[in-house]
Amino acid sequence: MTTTAPTTAALALGDDALVLSHRLGEWAGHAPVLEEEVALANIALDLLGQARVLLSTAGDEDELAYLREERAFRNLQLVEQPNGDFAHTIARQLYFSTYQHLLYAELAAGEGPFAGLAAKAVKEVAYHRDHAEQWTLRLGDGTEVGHKKMQRACTALWRFTGEMFQPVDGLDVDLAGMETAWLDSVRAVLHRATLTVPEGPRTGAWTAGAGRQGVHTEPFGRMLAEMQHLHRSHPGASW
Amino acid sequence: MTNTDWPLWEVFVRSRRGLSHTHAGSLHAPDAEFALRNARDLYTRRGEGVSIWVVPSSAITASSPDEKDPFFEPAADKPYRHPTFYEIPEGVKHL
Amino acid sequence: MATAAAHQTHGTAQDTADTGAYERAFDAAVAADERIEPRDWMPDAYRATLVRQMAQHAHSEIIGMQPEANWITRAPSLRRKAILMAKVQDEAGHGLYLYSAAETLGTSRDELLDKLHTGRQKYSSIFNYPTLTWADVGAIGWLVDGAAITNQVPLCRCSYGPYARAMVRICKEESFHQRQGYELLLALGRGTPEQRAMAQDAVDRWWWPSLMMFGPPDDESAHSAQSMTWKIKRHSNDELRQRFVDICVPQAESLGLTLPDPDLKWNEERGHYDFGPIDWTEFREVLKGNGPCNEQRITQRRRAHDEGAWVRESAAAYAAKHTGPTGEMGKTGETGATQV
Repeated sequence: MTTTAPTTAALALGDDALVLSHRLGEWAGHAPVLEEEVALANIALDLLGQARVLLSTAGDEDELAYLREERAFRNLQLVEQPNGDFAHTIARQLYFSTYQHLLYAELAAGEGPFAGLAAKAVKEVAYHRDHAEQWTLRLGDGTEVGHKKMQRACTALWRFTGEMFQPVDGLDVDLAGMETAWLDSVRAVLHRATLTVPEGPRTGAWTAGAGRQGVHTEPFGRMLAEMQHLHRSHPGASW
Repeated sequence: MTNTDWPLWEVFVRSRRGLSHTHAGSLHAPDAEFALRNARDLYTRRGEGVSIWVVPSSAITASSPDEKDPFFEPAADKPYRHPTFYEIPEGVKHL
Repeated sequence: MATAAAHQTHGTAQDTADTGAYERAFDAAVAADERIEPRDWMPDAYRATLVRQMAQHAHSEIIGMQPEANWITRAPSLRRKAILMAKVQDEAGHGLYLYSAAETLGTSRDELLDKLHTGRQKYSSIFNYPTLTWADVGAIGWLVDGAAITNQVPLCRCSYGPYARAMVRICKEESFHQRQGYELLLALGRGTPEQRAMAQDAVDRWWWPSLMMFGPPDDESAHSAQSMTWKIKRHSNDELRQRFVDICVPQAESLGLTLPDPDLKWNEERGHYDFGPIDWTEFREVLKGNGPCNEQRITQRRRAHDEGAWVRESAAAYAAKHTGPTGEMGKTGETGATQV
């Protein structure tokens, strides 16, 4: 696929939002408490809204969502990770929404093609970040079981967090500055939650790259199979 | 009550600036901060509000139905508190 | 004397000396179409009926999330995916409103959930049927939500205040549920032959169970008469069922779909559609637990609850550690309430 720089960026950000929204949608009917059903769905709907705007700037939203092969998706590996237990979902939310908040705040302040979208999305994402932070505190600094599970989740997902700060064509942002801010912010939340900041590497060792290069993890293929199956079974149909 | 039984909160929503907060309903939350967030997600997801209060249900003191008569009936026979009690000649304006 | 807690309920008949006067006041209020509020005196049986009905209604909302959530991850367009997610979310919200209404009568949500999880309270049998194709999402919206709305609109005038108020909010929000289902089926009806067949198949499977949602015929309905006197119920099962059939027939025609009942025809004399006999054996069997999904639904609900226990416990433990002596940890304003 040959794409212009803004299109590459729109796909990267759009796929992040689409895939994470899908993962959060999998919680429907399974959340730990009814109030959280409503909260997770709100976040998923915000992300899906962002995905639709972003993908529509790059082409037809449904063609892009339903007819691309796995290798053509440009989302971060972080967002495609399975929900796991609630702690994994919250750790994923904390890492991603902190990044997305910094990114959209910077895009909203600029004059690039994403300024308009980012201005609206940054408010949504601020709430997602707050939701993740509140839960990180309650799981990390609540019971012993909660602490153990939250620590395990934060550590398990740590190695997917470096990818967020690799350059993306068409995204003119201060990545180094964002990464420092991200580390400061996440470390502060983990400290308050009495959790240990993970120490391992923040990127994979594979030189083929990661999600932004269309290299994904095994669970992603199954996720796409489920998501795309019905649409692909009826070529050309409208819904 | 088990330790997973989160307390009940009453939710009051200001639907737009200039109006007072109105009781919207209740919900469960482990603490006040979460009660606010849950209230936001549950009671304003269609843009119903610009401000929210949450109050622990247990903190509300209510009048008792047993006292309904002594509480409220004495107010019912004082028509002179209402403007319609007074007769004003026709043609008098701005009253 | 004033008591703490708006929801603390009034003493039951046993500890009230002057029951007769209370009962007359209650009957007069109901007869005058006034609302009964949580702390008013009410007959024990009225209270029990309401708790049972509100709980069953709340359980139906949250179990009802499952058949539709089954299709969120496979929704065939992003627009449909957003609609479906919002709809399933509403059902969680409606469950919450109804549990809150039930709690005003002094039964906690935990107790009610426990009764659901242990099979001591029921939910609407309709959700024990599976969603086998995407068109089922449309059929649920059009028929199941349609039947629910027919049942629920009169409940907005139910004699019990908190239930009536919850229903007003729910009915307002649900108006989009039925429309999205109808629109979904319309798109299939105008689509490819495979899509049309999918739509017809779904309507064929959901039609009869939807008619059963109104409950047994009037002459066999155990609770109907008393509920009508108390104005918890305003119309009989058969009356509402007829109303629903009359609404659906022309709607099906507009969809270009048929309803699976050879006896369905306009009766000039009655001014209503006649329809064929309902298979009450199936209804009773599904109610008893022998429907296609009874076991699956309750197992998933129980699992979500059990697997969420550590999350709820951890949040409660955090609150115990961090809440100040006034019970507050958020920003407090001039009222002492926590606000944003």
